[in-house]
Amino acid sequence: MPSEDVSHVAPAAQDSCRSCWLAVPGLLWLALFFLVPLVLVFAISFASRGTYGGIVWEFTWANYVDLLHPLYGKILGQSLWYATLTTAICFLLGFPLAYVIARSPARWQPVLLLLVMLPFWTNFLVRTYAWMIMLRHDGLANNLLLALGLITEPLELLYTPMAVVIGLVYGYLPFMVLPLYVAVERLDPVLVEAAWDLYASRWAVATRVVIPLTMPGIVGGCILVFIPSIGSFITPDLLGGARSMMIGNLIQHEYLVVRDWPLGSAVSFVLMAIVMAAVVLYYRQASPGDGPLEGR
Amino acid sequence: MATFSTSPVSASGPSLSSTVPTIDIRAIVRHHGPVAAVDHVSFQVRRGEFFSILGPSGAGKTSVLRIVAGFEDPDAGDVLIDGRSMLGVPPNRRPVNLVFQSYALFPHLTVFENVAFGLRMRRVPAALIAEQVEQALAMVKLVGKERRKPAQLSGGEQQRVALARALVNKPAVVLLDEPLAALDQQLRQAMQVELKSIQEQAGLTCVCVTHHQEEAMMMSDRIAVMHQGRMWQVGTPRDVYENPRNLFVSRFLGVSNELPGRVDDVVEDGHLFHPADDQVPAFPVHAGSEASPGGSATWSIRPERLRMSRERPAGRDAVLNGFIEKVLFAGSETKYLVRVGRDRLWEARTTGAGESPHAPGDAVFLHWAPGDGRVFVE
Repeated sequence: MPSEDVSHVAPAAQDSCRSCWLAVPGLLWLALFFLVPLVLVFAISFASRGTYGGIVWEFTWANYVDLLHPLYGKILGQSLWYATLTTAICFLLGFPLAYVIARSPARWQPVLLLLVMLPFWTNFLVRTYAWMIMLRHDGLANNLLLALGLITEPLELLYTPMAVVIGLVYGYLPFMVLPLYVAVERLDPVLVEAAWDLYASRWAVATRVVIPLTMPGIVGGCILVFIPSIGSFITPDLLGGARSMMIGNLIQHEYLVVRDWPLGSAVSFVLMAIVMAAVVLYYRQASPGDGPLEGR
Repeated sequence: MATFSTSPVSASGPSLSSTVPTIDIRAIVRHHGPVAAVDHVSFQVRRGEFFSILGPSGAGKTSVLRIVAGFEDPDAGDVLIDGRSMLGVPPNRRPVNLVFQSYALFPHLTVFENVAFGLRMRRVPAALIAEQVEQALAMVKLVGKERRKPAQLSGGEQQRVALARALVNKPAVVLLDEPLAALDQQLRQAMQVELKSIQEQAGLTCVCVTHHQEEAMMMSDRIAVMHQGRMWQVGTPRDVYENPRNLFVSRFLGVSNELPGRVDDVVEDGHLFHPADDQVPAFPVHAGSEASPGGSATWSIRPERLRMSRERPAGRDAVLNGFIEKVLFAGSETKYLVRVGRDRLWEARTTGAGESPHAPGDAVFLHWAPGDGRVFVE
């Protein structure tokens, strides 16, 4: 059990790299199919749009300057807000869930984890359509609320920011639960008892011991939810309607509708920059100096 | 030494007339499934006392500790600390601190913050925290290691941090769960002495759970022997060792060389014990008042009470002859396994000083006085 090796941090003994060649196929694949297209997109982001939607290879900052337009700023801000909100809700829902799963009898844990991942067995698009059916004017949600007498008029649920966040939380909650489960599973329960014994209230046990010691899982979960959330386009497209456009929709729009590939590329790189900044910020937040990320 | 107390040992030790005991456990019962892990256990611990609960694994001793700490609730009975019932009081509101077997130090906090944890939770002013933590660290000789993380400390140092983290809160009782079990033998012996001196110096009241009989005897003012959820005997280490109440206690606290048989005729200073084995002649014993002539019984003697000689001893001692089967040299003493019957192997000991050692195969005589052994009536 994990209780035994709290004190031991194995030093990474790595000298020569005799088996490094094993990484060559994977690196080659990434270089060919990830790095090359990325460089292409980066190059396109400094080109300009031809009259009929082609690419004119003339260096310009214009695409990035265009993005300073308030309209784009609003979409960017909206995306950040939806993604942040989604991440926060996923954490609040996911942490207790992960905690309960990790502390349930060992033979139940695989079953419970399977249930968490069960939605992945169905296509994401299909599941999002299912949400449309539930949230629409005469959908399941409204019918239920009407039947319970909680409302008298059907609510406007679909095509609202709330629908987008509901869809995103639904879609990415498992990504939060899995790393949190791993982190809580590794947390020695005796530390919780020790804190409790040392006069800590339940809240203090959570904030002083459980959360700091599961921080790697929390950071991992937040990143895994935040990144796909901010870049998502199916969910805002189907559940959000025109009012709840996110960066993903903007990119899709520029590439496929307006056929302005240079602007779409610029938006893509801005999105990447935001994600990168967010990831760095999360890690900073999680490890002030010599935080729990190292050593455990 | 050789006097044999026949009076039953009081479960609460010498009488305490006016003062309220620090811990007063009243007939607690705790079931784990259908099994009673703790079965009507009662004991009291006085202020400043080092009290050990000794027993094999699965005896229920850890359950008792967890009930006192508040992690488990008893199904029946009461737990009083300083005269106040603790039933329904959660661990964070009990004036007790537990030193965990695995230490349970917070890996993300420094030594200082680990020790300061309890004080911070009770919102002690920062200046006072610094002072008290330093005092506690000085007591366990860890000054200068405040900024280390637990993973950077040795096992012994981690043990001290765990101790300091408990005693800095000045709890009514410090609970110790197998406190030295994770240390190697030498460190363990050094820490036994140190833990005991810290306890005396700080005037701590300690309840310690251990399966290590020597450790319990060396550190404790009183020992409770627990087995199958029940407390079989409570008393001072010497009392429990020399006057065990039953065979289990006798066997658990040390080596018990035994002869089955029956107690018979009253002789001048006791009874006569007739071993079931016809080869062994009857010999006088000091049986307790509970020994009724004719009843089957087991006679037991500790290895250090057996005297061993090459010639048949003169005098009135009971004598049994045998052969040395194994010699176990342990430095300061030598243990001999002596074959005294077809299926009976006894242990005898000699201190190394000034005697020629016996060798395997040597014929020896084992002898003892009536008061050296003990009779357990079945």
